[in-house]
Amino acid sequence: MARKQYYFDMLKIDIQRAMLTSEGKTNLEVCTEIQDNELLCLFGHSGAGKTTLLRILAGLTRPDRGKIIYNDVVWYDSDRKINVSPQDRNIGYMFQDYALFPNMTVEKNIRFAQKEKDTEEVDKLLTLFDLMNLKNQHPGKLSGGQKQRVALARVLAAKPDLLLLDEPLSALDFDMRESLQQEIQKAHDLMKVITLMVSHDHQEVIQLATSVLVLKNGVVVTEGKPADVFCLRYPEYRYC
Amino acid sequence: MNQDFINTLLLTGRLAGWTTVILFMIGFPIAYLLAYRRFPLKAVVEALISMPLVLPPTVLGFYMLVAYSPQNGFGRFLVEHFNTRLAFSFEGVLIASVLFSLPFMIQPLQNGLTSIPKSYREASYTLGKSEFTTLIRVLIPNMIPSIITAVAMTFAHCIGEFGVVIMVGGNMPGETRVASIAIYDEVQAMNYHAANQYSFILFIISLLILTLVYSMNGKKTILF
Repeated sequence: MARKQYYFDMLKIDIQRAMLTSEGKTNLEVCTEIQDNELLCLFGHSGAGKTTLLRILAGLTRPDRGKIIYNDVVWYDSDRKINVSPQDRNIGYMFQDYALFPNMTVEKNIRFAQKEKDTEEVDKLLTLFDLMNLKNQHPGKLSGGQKQRVALARVLAAKPDLLLLDEPLSALDFDMRESLQQEIQKAHDLMKVITLMVSHDHQEVIQLATSVLVLKNGVVVTEGKPADVFCLRYPEYRYC
Repeated sequence: MNQDFINTLLLTGRLAGWTTVILFMIGFPIAYLLAYRRFPLKAVVEALISMPLVLPPTVLGFYMLVAYSPQNGFGRFLVEHFNTRLAFSFEGVLIASVLFSLPFMIQPLQNGLTSIPKSYREASYTLGKSEFTTLIRVLIPNMIPSIITAVAMTFAHCIGEFGVVIMVGGNMPGETRVASIAIYDEVQAMNYHAANQYSFILFIISLLILTLVYSMNGKKTILF
């Protein structure tokens, strides 16, 4: 599961992007730095800009202006007209609908993500996420929880430098959410990379995140450790 | 069945087959661009491709004859450089047939591509796969019913094509006389038995093809 390791991973984001939400036009403005091995939750109501920010980091949506720098590599710079494609960012993006390819079995979905064919690695991931007995099934026959585990395994098979998870637990019931939070933790610990996860469930944030960034109408309202944010700075979601 | 009857059916199959093959090769890239790219005058391009659905075949046939004429630019170019005249030839009918069948190939392919969730493409890109790999490994396998529909509809439309063929190709046995022309010709000569033979064959082939297309309905077939 080794990947190219820097001494200290760092993601610098300073972007702006016009967004159209149900409440009209708004501007997504985010300026932050994310440190090594952090599991950062992007928290906020629908339309706050969480998914847009994730898509911008993945290279799927282009910001209007700004910079994104990962470990001294410029992914996006509007002034210098740099915009690295999603293929060249080496990120692992887990979609809300999991985006498993229906024409491939579980095993083939995972194998597809590999840059170099490695059957042993695929077997390891299948075992790790308890998917070995489902490896010949097609995604259409899997439950929501099973799909989520396949999607996580597929993302990890690509050995990404950055994990981006877009509301990975939103489609699941309460019991399933709890058990799969552990899978996400497992994935994050395994890869030892910066992980950004979109969530609008503050319990989930407290459970998983090392830090949280709260977005409201495209603007960062507050950021910090979940306990600090929810207890001290963001009473709207006070839990303690 | 006489040799003329067989030759006419073979010619009909050859025209429909070549039209389908050529249209698939040029239609897929066009459908891909229309499905996934934004560009100026896209609506005009889509309208032009759909024109054969509403335009009388004689209109296209007339313009094709004008274009093929050695008195005009394209026709003169072909005569001067290749010593070729397309009017009343198989090749001329084939080009006209390709143009006239454009929407039957492109629209099902375009609809098939747009019906695939955007997240599949994006997931493939974020996994480091190129557009081409994504097309071959992800998109095409997930739109097989649409491909079958596009190919079947194009072929079926071609074997029944009449207006463009008679305008551009006339009625030359072995060269441009396809089954639909032969039916007209046999009826004019009051040879109803031969007309019935041709008609029955076309009826059965069209029925089989459409049955195939509609049997795909449960498999997310996209028609128009």
